[in-house]
Amino acid sequence: MSVARSTPGVGTIYRWELRKLRSQKRTYLGLGAAALVPIIFAVAVAAQPGGGPEDVPFGRYIHSTGLAIPLVLLLFGSIWLFPLITALVAGDIVAAEDHNGTLKTILTRSVERGQIFIAKMLAAFSYAALAILVTGTVATVAGVIVSGFHPITSLSGTQVSASHGLGLVAASLGVYLLPIIAVACIGLLFSTVFRNSAAAIVGTLMFSLLLQLLTIIPGLGGLQPYLLSTQFNAWQGFLRTPVDWEPIVRATWVCALYAIPALATGMVVFLRRDVAGG
Amino acid sequence: MSDAPPVEIRGLTKTYGDITAVDNVDLTVRRGDVFGYLGPNGAGKTTSLRMMLGLIRPTAGTVRVFGRDPQLSVRALEGVAGFVEAPRFYPYLDGRTNLRLLAALDGDEAPARIDEVLEVVELPDRAGDKVGGYSHGMRQRLGLAAALLRRPKLLLLDEPATGLDPGGMRDMRRLIRRLADDGITVLLSSHLLAEVEELCNRVAIVRKGRIVYEGELEDLRRTAGVSYRLRTVDDERARRVCAAQPGIEGADAAGNGVITFQPADDQALAQLSLALTEAGALILELAPRSATLEDLFFELTEGEGEGELAAAHLDTAARIVEETPS
Repeated sequence: MSVARSTPGVGTIYRWELRKLRSQKRTYLGLGAAALVPIIFAVAVAAQPGGGPEDVPFGRYIHSTGLAIPLVLLLFGSIWLFPLITALVAGDIVAAEDHNGTLKTILTRSVERGQIFIAKMLAAFSYAALAILVTGTVATVAGVIVSGFHPITSLSGTQVSASHGLGLVAASLGVYLLPIIAVACIGLLFSTVFRNSAAAIVGTLMFSLLLQLLTIIPGLGGLQPYLLSTQFNAWQGFLRTPVDWEPIVRATWVCALYAIPALATGMVVFLRRDVAGG
Repeated sequence: MSDAPPVEIRGLTKTYGDITAVDNVDLTVRRGDVFGYLGPNGAGKTTSLRMMLGLIRPTAGTVRVFGRDPQLSVRALEGVAGFVEAPRFYPYLDGRTNLRLLAALDGDEAPARIDEVLEVVELPDRAGDKVGGYSHGMRQRLGLAAALLRRPKLLLLDEPATGLDPGGMRDMRRLIRRLADDGITVLLSSHLLAEVEELCNRVAIVRKGRIVYEGELEDLRRTAGVSYRLRTVDDERARRVCAAQPGIEGADAAGNGVITFQPADDQALAQLSLALTEAGALILELAPRSATLEDLFFELTEGEGEGELAAAHLDTAARIVEETPS
């Protein structure tokens, strides 16, 4: 029997990876946090007219325009909220198969290991992107309700119209995805290597936090521009007039430097590993 | 597809540090076989099966399924299905959704076969329930259903009846029998001799990662010899008759009134019954003893036994191994 078989591709596996995510509680835990944090923040802003985080960019504008609220959340969220939400799925997506013993189940069908890894990677990216989108959308809507849809003052001190400002918020969310995807790649690597969800999630978060700490060591301050945590602020380039592309371009390649080796290592481990459990 | 045998294993070895799980195994499963891979727990059966499915890499040696190397590509598993250890599924999805997922990863017409395979394993009623709530037996059946989705020509089953209740065991064996009758080649690992005797035509017996016997089940049975158990009204007299009777070998009194022996042929057996009757040792029981194969199996798998009986069996075992063409 040598009938040409139509073998399923990455798209099919990806759709089923999303289907699996939709059936797991943890998925909604992360998305729930992504939606709740901006709501709580907006409520706090409404309850405290006059107060606010003055010391961070846009902190002083949260009462004058709702557009400042998603931007301030991007700043705070970079420390651990978004890395955590990202790691919640990226760190679990391979390790969960180990935990359930299902790797052997899916690896003995008609799809190659590489295809499965790529589909899992895409699913983890999609989830992280969705979380950012949820936070951005909820924060903008809640912000506008609380503080109105007004022009915003850029970091260069110029006034930006509300509608243009909205576009800049959207662009900022997009650039924010770069370091998030790098975190997801590290999560995938840990998920593959540790074969344990909790270890991979905590490991990813630790990695992200420890990198931020590095800069307090005297003499290592020069590393700052090349740390993953710094790239979480690259979007601020959009909030200057004219747009400052330098941090955005740097974020692109610095994030790639973190993401690609992590992904490549994770993939090689996944391709070569013995599936002996389960 | 080529004429390559469903499974051809040469010099297969897998070591974990100092431990050799599979030790230089040669094995050939021919088309149409129901092949029993028999050995005690921990003999390396599952590890071998994992290598056949491309799940783990051999330290040395080769595995070919229908002539192809499962290490290189999952394409080698075309027409091959099965499971190692207990089949595992996503506990948070229901049985049918699990099958839909796996069918999607199989491609072709697998998705259209879901209802059919659920019928075959008699699981349609519970297909809508989350697998997390399934019993071991239901998971085992779902595992077989998942394998059948691939319309396999070779089924690799690891201890398929283990952990099932007697009814479940019977159902599982009946199902395997039926699949084999449909022309599917089956490789079945088991530590249950009765299961292999019931289902298989060829066997490999594995001990501590090494094959100690490979061949027809019939040959193994024949080599083991057919032994009979005898009980009469007069122990002592029966023993004397047995010892004197031509064509009766290895007469051995267990002390509980039961004598075991191996007759040269049916004629010798008939003559013995006549001689016993004439001598007044009237027969209460004269029956072939089915445990012989089991004895041989234990000798083969447990190694150095004690006593002359064990030594005799080991001799037999050595002869079998030598006579087995490699």
